[in-house]
Amino acid sequence: MSEPFEPKMLAFLCNWCAYAGADLAGVSRFQYPPTIRVIRTMCSGRVDPVFVVKALQSGYDATLVFG
Amino acid sequence: MAAKSGNSKVGSVMVVGAGIAGIQASLDLAESGFYVHLVDASPSIGGLMPQLDKTFPTNDCSMCIVSPKLVDAGRHLNINIISNTEVDFVEGEVGNFTAHLVNHPRFIDPVKCTGCGVCKQHCPVTAVNEFNEGLDRRAATYIKYPQAVPLAYAIDRETCIGCGLCEKLCLAKAVVYAEEERRSTLEVGAIILAPGNEVFDPTAFDTYSYAHHPNVVTSLEFERILSASGPYQGHLMRPYDREEPKSVAWLQCVGSRDINHCDNGYCSAVCCMYAIKEAVIAKEHSHEPLDTAIFFMDMRTYGKDFEKYYERAREEHGVRFIRSRVHTVDPVEEGRLKIIYTDEEGKSLEEEFDMVVLSSGFQPSKRTVELAERLGIELNEHNFAETSSFEPVKTSREGIFVCGAFRDPKDIPISVMEASAAAAAAAAPLVESRFTLTKTKELPAERLVAGEEPRVGVFVCNCGINIGGYADVPAVRDYARNLPNVVHVEDNLFTCSQDTQEKIREVIKEKDINRVVVASCSPRTHEPMFQETIREAGLNKYLFEMANIRDQDTWVHQNDPQGATQKAKDLVRSAVAKAALLDPLEQTVLGLNKVALVVGGGVAGMVAALSLADQGFPVHLVEKTGELGGNALKLRKTWKGEDIGSYVKDLVARVQSHEHITLHTNTQVVANTGFVGNFDTILEKVDDPEQKTTVQHGVSIVATGGKESRPTEYLYGEDDRVLTALELDSRLKEDGNGFKNVNRAVFIQCVGSREPERPYCSKICCTHSIESALQLKELNPDMNVYILYRDIRTYGFREELYKKARAKGIIFIRYSLERKPQVSNGSGSLQVQVYDPILGRDLVIPADALVLASAVLPNEAKEVVRALKVNQNAEGFFLEAHMKLRPVDFGSDGLFLCGLAHYPKSIDEAIAQAQAAAARAATVLAKDVITLGAVKAVVEPDKCAVCLTCVRTCPFGVPYIGEDGYAVIDPAGCHGCGACVAECPGKAISLQHFTDKQLIAKTEALLLKEIGEAAAGK
Repeated sequence: MSEPFEPKMLAFLCNWCAYAGADLAGVSRFQYPPTIRVIRTMCSGRVDPVFVVKALQSGYDATLVFG
Repeated sequence: MAAKSGNSKVGSVMVVGAGIAGIQASLDLAESGFYVHLVDASPSIGGLMPQLDKTFPTNDCSMCIVSPKLVDAGRHLNINIISNTEVDFVEGEVGNFTAHLVNHPRFIDPVKCTGCGVCKQHCPVTAVNEFNEGLDRRAATYIKYPQAVPLAYAIDRETCIGCGLCEKLCLAKAVVYAEEERRSTLEVGAIILAPGNEVFDPTAFDTYSYAHHPNVVTSLEFERILSASGPYQGHLMRPYDREEPKSVAWLQCVGSRDINHCDNGYCSAVCCMYAIKEAVIAKEHSHEPLDTAIFFMDMRTYGKDFEKYYERAREEHGVRFIRSRVHTVDPVEEGRLKIIYTDEEGKSLEEEFDMVVLSSGFQPSKRTVELAERLGIELNEHNFAETSSFEPVKTSREGIFVCGAFRDPKDIPISVMEASAAAAAAAAPLVESRFTLTKTKELPAERLVAGEEPRVGVFVCNCGINIGGYADVPAVRDYARNLPNVVHVEDNLFTCSQDTQEKIREVIKEKDINRVVVASCSPRTHEPMFQETIREAGLNKYLFEMANIRDQDTWVHQNDPQGATQKAKDLVRSAVAKAALLDPLEQTVLGLNKVALVVGGGVAGMVAALSLADQGFPVHLVEKTGELGGNALKLRKTWKGEDIGSYVKDLVARVQSHEHITLHTNTQVVANTGFVGNFDTILEKVDDPEQKTTVQHGVSIVATGGKESRPTEYLYGEDDRVLTALELDSRLKEDGNGFKNVNRAVFIQCVGSREPERPYCSKICCTHSIESALQLKELNPDMNVYILYRDIRTYGFREELYKKARAKGIIFIRYSLERKPQVSNGSGSLQVQVYDPILGRDLVIPADALVLASAVLPNEAKEVVRALKVNQNAEGFFLEAHMKLRPVDFGSDGLFLCGLAHYPKSIDEAIAQAQAAAARAATVLAKDVITLGAVKAVVEPDKCAVCLTCVRTCPFGVPYIGEDGYAVIDPAGCHGCGACVAECPGKAISLQHFTDKQLIAKTEALLLKEIGEAAAGK
């Protein structure tokens, strides 16, 4: 038997735009799977490629950087 | 100093009414050097806003956005909240008023009361709960709502039986049965009235069955029904049988635009939007598909982003909009109600609903009217404060100002704007006494935590049911208990409430906590408040971390409680992991340049400049053209009939002669560097780019304005008889006699507005066209004047103008977007063809003049956008920091906006907004130092290879190579984005509070299982 694949995703979001957008999604009650997790950075430019590697190493199936 | 002399002005202000307007005015004044006495008749501050469920057009939770303001006002050292108190009378004059107050007894000492609620639990009395609009009961000892400020109970002696139980049980000995009414006085320099409005009571509407049918409720009752803290805990139920309704109807204009059942001929200005919001939110709360219908006359969605909200409600949410007038609401079987209404064609129709909501309007309460009479304030015919369009927050009595719904019915952002404007107006005559009565905060010394093992305290918020209703909060709390370094856990109904702040401070001391984690809402809104709390407990404010388990968890996983709970645990674990690695950080303190830059020399820009200059701050006013005045130069009169020309002339003269204003005409902004308190802006002459000036300033106000669009339809530009609204104004200004021979004039509304390519309402055109139509009628009373419209949006008292126009015989014909009027000039005369929905057929109107109410556009202001790095919305209007509660602030500190650049608005609103921007700017300029955040990039010199990567990467050009041969980043210039940190190949730069170590710990801790496996595999 196989369960449907639910990718675990980590999103690095810029505090000023994308993180605000994720809050707005909440205020608007847009529903999305809880397997998406968010880390707030002060700018998407703060995201070091090492973070992406670390995320994938620790078991995420995908990483998103929004800013 | 003058402050010591006998006739000096008192450096404090009394604000009467502690709704959102009163609170904002108090905060702005207190932040700019004045001591504030905030007086309210109620036991707690907040006014109407805490009763609302959500706010339009963002659907923000009303309590969640107002709560930080309540707490800010409640803990502000320079705001003295005087609850349960009314103003009797006021003696004296501006600068030296004596206010005589009546302090009603509360019977519980707010200083001693801890808000523990034991009195309420044991009180044997049940009384009607006014906060829930009578939908449930409360005890005689009560508090309005859990986040109330001040957080202290009161006894309702009307219902109290005097059993004495509460007095016996109160450990704090706060109950004072014998308390009596007291009288007291205050010495203040100025007074701001912000008493708000009451909601119209529709009991007198006997045909609507409100008085005797539980399923007919007012809109405010429905807000409480929807609210998580309301009588039904946020479950959509009808009062009759607590069943979920399958259909709900809203009836608009109850107690507004009505002179039959009541005397309120004006429009209440907010009901269309709140009805749409309630319909959308009700659908969201409903388990089954809910049918919602709004019965209305004109849909007045005229504010920023309102029209899009209306469109979405109709297209995406399927809210039905029925243009009609409701005749009767009759009860039928099983609690249902039959609505009998007349549609636009005059047909009588009926439809049944499970529940009916009456969209009740606003009116000043009897108490407010009596207060105004005692203070000697002039009222208008509707009992609202009388003001002029040019001095919108000034009452008829010198030194007494007004803001909010008592001036005219209005929504939250405009109330907040006016509140700031009133703060600026009240500050102006008291400038010499700034900082004479204010106190400064004594913070405890920061505890040294370096070297200590992390001891983390975790506070998990239920947020009413916003979190607790979806995720298992006790399970999250218990889970957190076993995380590494955690020494304390607890969950709170509302972690943001004032009593919880006190609790957090106590727990920190009691358990020697040195890192705090709050799992609640977004750090974007609440982090500063919690940081202040821990600082007051002696912890460095950076020893704090938040887990966003509401906006980014329970709100977005409402159908997956298990998933939401698991995610909340993971987010808390991740926050705790980062918390353990947090370091205390030192903030940089800098001096600031007490100078303002105002961009745009229209009315808004000039008013903002004068407001600051009158407060003694030097201002640079930059205008792109050679002339001051902007659009107002083309306007004739305000809708109230005041002459705009002479006002603008006077304004220009004052600006030109003001000692504190430096005028830069034919000039534009080309570049800007720096940060709040210390900006450098390069100005350039428009016709001579070589001629550059650099100004140094602490704040910027953007007032770049807007313009009338050029229509592309209805023969505009092809036939001389087709004019825009402003062109008509100009001709009327020059010589109105030319219109005496016009026999038929036609106005077409919404030309270029409310269309798919420009989906907003230009707000001012309905009023403007009607005012012009009346002027034409005056020139030639025999003229036939037609106004072709989609919805007449004469909000507030402008409705009077609409009534007058109909009385004068101006003919209004509605058209729809699908069936727009057709204009031709084939046979020489202009022919306007339009379908009349009342007659049900096409009409052809021969016209001598056709006036197009064309859309209001923002000026492009590309150079300002580029230089100041400010954001615009899809339509090109500037984006404020928060649509409801920060309407004149930009997202970046020290930048403010006003006027048409924000959104189309009438001249009185532009003036109020400009004064508001000045008040907000003064909160910065009044201070002597700026404390910068500590989230900054720092360089480790030993690791720096001087590769220049950071120099090239930084979007703000901050890093440079210093004399000692390594990169230097000035904390004053650093914006804390961290781009250089990620790029530095030698890892010589780190971003404080967002270090690699902290972010990686956070990342790894978000997925526990995998970490466990990875560890096991090692």
